[in-house]
Amino acid sequence: MNILKKIVALLVICIVPSIAHSKTLKIGVAGEPSSIDPHYHNVGPNNMFATNIFSMLVGQDENQQTIPDLATSWKPINDTTWEFKLRNDVKWHDGSKFTADDVIFTATRAPNVPKSPASFGIYLKGKTFVKIDDYTVHVKTEKPYPLMANDLSVVKIISKKHGENATTEDYNSGKAAIGTGPYKFKQYVKGDKIVLEKNSDYFGKKPEYDTVEIKPIKSGPARVAALLSGDVDLIDGVPPVDVKKLKKNKKVQLSSGPSNRVIYLHIDQFREKSPHVRAIGGGDIKNPLMDVRVRKAISLAINRDAMVAKVMEGLAIPAGQLLPKGFHGVSENMKPDPYDIKTAKQLMKEAGYGKGFELTIHGPNDRYINDAKIAEALGQMLSKIGIKCKIETMPKAVYFKRASAGGPDKTPEFSMMVLGWGAGSGEASSPLKSLLATHNKEKGMGGANRGRHSDPKVDALIDKALATVDSPARGKILAEATEIAVGKNYGIIPIHYQVNTWGAKAGYSYLPRTDEYTVVAGFQKK
Amino acid sequence: MTVYILQRTLQSFVVLFVMSLIVFCGVNLIGDPIYMMISPESEPAEIERVIKEFGFDRPVLEQYWFFLKNVASGDFGRSFVQGIPALPLILERFPATIELAVFSLFISLVIALPLGVYAGLYPERKSSKIIMSGSILGFSMPTFWVGIMLIMLFAVKLDWLPSTGRGELGTFLGIESSLFTLNGLSHIFLPALNLALFKLSSVLRLTRAGTREVILQDYIKFARAKGLSHSRVINVHLLKNILIPIVTVIGLEFGSLVAFSTVTETVFAWPGAGKLIIDSVYNLDRPVIVAYLIIIVAFFVFLNLIVDILYSFLDPRVRIKGSSE
Repeated sequence: MNILKKIVALLVICIVPSIAHSKTLKIGVAGEPSSIDPHYHNVGPNNMFATNIFSMLVGQDENQQTIPDLATSWKPINDTTWEFKLRNDVKWHDGSKFTADDVIFTATRAPNVPKSPASFGIYLKGKTFVKIDDYTVHVKTEKPYPLMANDLSVVKIISKKHGENATTEDYNSGKAAIGTGPYKFKQYVKGDKIVLEKNSDYFGKKPEYDTVEIKPIKSGPARVAALLSGDVDLIDGVPPVDVKKLKKNKKVQLSSGPSNRVIYLHIDQFREKSPHVRAIGGGDIKNPLMDVRVRKAISLAINRDAMVAKVMEGLAIPAGQLLPKGFHGVSENMKPDPYDIKTAKQLMKEAGYGKGFELTIHGPNDRYINDAKIAEALGQMLSKIGIKCKIETMPKAVYFKRASAGGPDKTPEFSMMVLGWGAGSGEASSPLKSLLATHNKEKGMGGANRGRHSDPKVDALIDKALATVDSPARGKILAEATEIAVGKNYGIIPIHYQVNTWGAKAGYSYLPRTDEYTVVAGFQKK
Repeated sequence: MTVYILQRTLQSFVVLFVMSLIVFCGVNLIGDPIYMMISPESEPAEIERVIKEFGFDRPVLEQYWFFLKNVASGDFGRSFVQGIPALPLILERFPATIELAVFSLFISLVIALPLGVYAGLYPERKSSKIIMSGSILGFSMPTFWVGIMLIMLFAVKLDWLPSTGRGELGTFLGIESSLFTLNGLSHIFLPALNLALFKLSSVLRLTRAGTREVILQDYIKFARAKGLSHSRVINVHLLKNILIPIVTVIGLEFGSLVAFSTVTETVFAWPGAGKLIIDSVYNLDRPVIVAYLIIIVAFFVFLNLIVDILYSFLDPRVRIKGSSE
């Protein structure tokens, strides 16, 4: 027994000196980037990680509001042209100067990465980049394009010198991973860690740490254990079940903030015969969900406060529209529907469904926080107004395809779906366009409109907003469209906004971000 | 002997072929990788581009034929998620899994063999009974739970060992492994222990049963009568004879250690192939799934062949039978 203790003590002594004298920050993250190449895959973990090494023309602050990054200012100089003025004091990690040539090169490379599963082409389509001088770029479009800055805040700028002829593998090995960000690429051990080192010439806020180690730890409990044991200094995605206990733990400081993700229900409102709706007893029934009174009744039957308190353990905010307060395009006049069983029952009777009906609710079980539990809770709540519910959840790998195109003729397969939508652009046009605009493949509208809500008034407002460059005016139009599509038509039924929790070691905290990103700059002394 | 090996190799190829067909078709019937990969904000034109580029619009058998042609030239396709060739991706992660499996095997043998022999020699003692009851715990407790408990105890409460990840690599005889550094050993100890528990229990019980059986044999009595020392009787005559079933089990179980280290690797964030496969299943990264399963089958088959060859050294009866044919 003595020998064992000696061996273990020896091991411990050998570990301690391996902690470098320089300041190192270790972060444990739930999602690992699939590549270091910033244009390979338009997905959360990749975009989040790339902000450490690369910069964009326009940045997003913790509330996804646009802020200057590589561009000092931008404005529309005519209806179809935006002018971006660039910083002249930026150096790439190899010391060469950043100029407009790099921007032009990025615009041609980003949409054309071979084998890209989700390309950045959607942000660059229809835009022509023109170099005016070394530090000025014009971006031209066919029609007025108000969301220019938001689109460009997603595309990372790469160096023409190193990016020309570089493949995705060159980025993964570090050869081409030359950026202008606060940290330089040092090492990438797949599945284990990504090591970054300080860029002393960074043009923005000076990086605090000499070395940053990003460790992907997929399992929630293991991530929490890593924080508790001091193996990492910061983690993201703290599981809701652990939050109560961790709040009391002196070794850990939790930080929570709302995200841009709304959890909602899409409802089949375009088919008279909906595949998962039946009369009580199993007979056929005309789809009750087509009646707006039934949809309103369902919304009134959802006890959002209980959902937040019991199912989400307090880590959610009741929702009445598409985005929480503070985002662009949010309506001041909309509040989450109250919990009102009496009115709900009355509406059901008025619509002719006083006896209720049978419904199957579908949802994913591994995509959103507590998604399966949300579906189950909904089933219980709706039974109070006579809707007998069956719940079916499945892994996201099967759910989304079936939800979009699993039915006959590639129509949505389900009648009521639990879904989430994170507005990547930080404003309301994103969910309006994809979830509530009339489904139209050619126009590229309503791509995720699985309930097939369709209202020409809403469509017209969305089109108008997408062409209105004046920001406050656009905000008003988006708010109006939301009031009609959600408030009046119940095109979707919002349930709550997700709240994300980060955990930092004692004495530190994390500045929560609505885009759910974990960035080094957000880690700060309390 | 050579004929035997050739026969077995041919059989293995048939097995591999059938397996690849089953896996490929099976994986193509579940879910849709496109929806896993692309941003939901994408336009239909973008979705069409992805479908064409990855060949999803062709019938399954045509995709399979395409796949076979590429495999013949060593190309197992490119990962949907990472865009790099699947085979190098998997092989790159294998060393981490192999070293975990090897160390785990080492731990389980070092503990199970002596304890099993002891329990078999002195079955009536209280300590033997405790050992046997303990072994039941070993294979009934779920790996996931045990792993988390180990982390909570050794990393969080006692802070003796790190909770996650792989340590630094060292080189020895040209092989790079984290087993050759102290930092690496401190990282590998808990996951290897976690992975070893199941194996430990089965080897222990097998050893005990084998010991109980062999100790009653005539040749043991004869060796004692001859006046051989106790340790020689145990270490040579007893051990050699009980090792045959144990080698079989170890051979098969080593394969499963490598193939199914998924749970341990996920809990300890160990960057091995097991974690890669579970992530690929979740992301519907078909090329990686198919390539991985084929490699594992090839590995199992090869392992079985080694075990059979080892037999002929341990058991003279197999040797004699083989040569007389």
